[in-house]
Amino acid sequence: MAKRIDVSGLSAFYGNHKAIDDISMTVEPRSVTAFIGPSGCGKSTFLRTLNRMHEVTPGGRVEGKVLLDDENLYGPGVDPVAVRRTVGMVFQRPNPFPTMSIFDNVAAGLRLNGNFKKSQLSDIVERSLQGANLWNEVKDRLNKPGSGLSGGQQQRLCIARAIAVEPQVLLMDEPCSALDPISTLAIEDLIGELKERFTIVIVTHNMQQAARVSDRTAFFNLAAVGQPGKLVEIDDTDRIFSNPSVQATEDYISGRFG
Amino acid sequence: MSHTIQDQRPARAPKSVAPSRLTRGGLPRWAPAGIAVVSIALGCGIGAAFGLQSKIQWGLISALLFVTITYVASAVVENRRQAKDRVATSVVWVCFVLAVIPLLSLIWTTVSRGMNALDGDFLSHSMNGITSFEKGGGVYHALLGTIEQVALATAIAAPVGLLTAVYLVEYGRGSLAKAVTFFVDVMTGIPSIVAGLFILTTWNLMLGFGPSGFAGSMALSILMMPVVVRSTEEMLKLVPNELREAALALGVPKWRMILKVVLPTAIGGIATGVTLAVARIAGETAPIMLLVFGTQLINGNPFEGAQSSLPLYIWEQYKVGSEASYDRAWAAALVLIAFVMILNLVARGIARWKAPKTGR
Repeated sequence: MAKRIDVSGLSAFYGNHKAIDDISMTVEPRSVTAFIGPSGCGKSTFLRTLNRMHEVTPGGRVEGKVLLDDENLYGPGVDPVAVRRTVGMVFQRPNPFPTMSIFDNVAAGLRLNGNFKKSQLSDIVERSLQGANLWNEVKDRLNKPGSGLSGGQQQRLCIARAIAVEPQVLLMDEPCSALDPISTLAIEDLIGELKERFTIVIVTHNMQQAARVSDRTAFFNLAAVGQPGKLVEIDDTDRIFSNPSVQATEDYISGRFG
Repeated sequence: MSHTIQDQRPARAPKSVAPSRLTRGGLPRWAPAGIAVVSIALGCGIGAAFGLQSKIQWGLISALLFVTITYVASAVVENRRQAKDRVATSVVWVCFVLAVIPLLSLIWTTVSRGMNALDGDFLSHSMNGITSFEKGGGVYHALLGTIEQVALATAIAAPVGLLTAVYLVEYGRGSLAKAVTFFVDVMTGIPSIVAGLFILTTWNLMLGFGPSGFAGSMALSILMMPVVVRSTEEMLKLVPNELREAALALGVPKWRMILKVVLPTAIGGIATGVTLAVARIAGETAPIMLLVFGTQLINGNPFEGAQSSLPLYIWEQYKVGSEASYDRAWAAALVLIAFVMILNLVARGIARWKAPKTGR
């Protein structure tokens, strides 16, 4: 049930400051799209506009259109809560709910939304934890607090929590930046499995990671500090990393940036 | 393991050269305790020798000697930086002792004098039919009154304060939030007698109700509300924003996020804050005197008729001035302290029980 995302003419603001300017792109269903670019170029801001999390920040507002299979997320009467149920998100730092056990963390999305059958709950939790490759590590301690897990396990717990509500799209904001290489590998393998079922967008600073996990790569850049970030180009990952059509992309990827 | 690694290293520093710059003379570990004993002995000796009457003077001389001897000893044996460090430490110790002495003395006096009258009868009987100079009688009516009044005040102030804090942290933007914050600050400074007079003019004089525990509770809730708002606000601000975003990103509505994620995460601190506010109002006398009036009889209905309360009872008994009434006043003071302490322990229990779990 993965969906296609069509973005056209999207700009995002923090108060009067324009953070990203006039971005248009298409994200294909059942694929991994990676966003790369220097810090402050608006990758994360753009990612957060895709499930209307940008407006949670005080002063955050958006202009333009985001179509999710022909449905505009910023159209009149669209409920941001419903959007976020369809487009899930995993954050940079693992953030399990500290008051809840591992089981409750995974079930949190369903319980807090109130639409679930009790009998299905443990099935869904097991399926989600297996989907996040965490089941074997935690099946004997589901009632222990989620904050007692290691960083990599916590991040996979957060992924399990995100996929438990069966979203159409999964946004990942630098999901591995706080993790060691082995946990990173576990999550990258997981991304490869998850793309069979979800549309995945991942922000990363790690170029090798983008090359390893993504099908398509978008390069963002900004003209100068304080200027809004722009989309430079988006193309198949192979082409971006071997023969990009814009010089700036090649400079950034090969380390000759600036 | 570290030993073996060090052993394998060749000894680089030749031993014959000038003494190492990294080592220095040091006072032994027992030095602070030793200096304390010496300075207390000296302080007492000087006090006795010069015939100083006040034991407080003895203590202050000892404290002064303790700080001075520490500095001199450390400056001679160690160095000036160490000496300053030790002086700071010893000043902190002296301040700690100065702060603890009144507390211990208060607890000791209350317990030793309160035990004269405190027994099962005291807790289960009122002052009905006991004249002020007789022994006997009890505190039951006052304890009942305090519990009912404080419970009612908490029932009014805690929800209002909690919701105000939630508004300020989660929703409040712009001028309304600023105004609410300002008025909460103003409320913090209201003297309790003014809160009592306010309820007296509105509830009793304008609306024509008689004295009752409930009227007292309303005045107490005015005093309690700003404390609850402030402490709850601080606790809610401590909840990391990432948790709010995580909940919102799951498609959880904002009110549900607050109810199920933010409040449970902060509940321990909130409970502590509410208990501190309860402790603050449990000892209030002025509004009770104006609004609850005081009685010698048991009145279990806080909505009608005069009640008593522990602070008011203490004041009344002390005013009588007989041997028996002094005993009763001290015993009631002990009951009041125990009441507040039990509340504190309960709140700590709740805080520990509900706190975010950290075990593996």
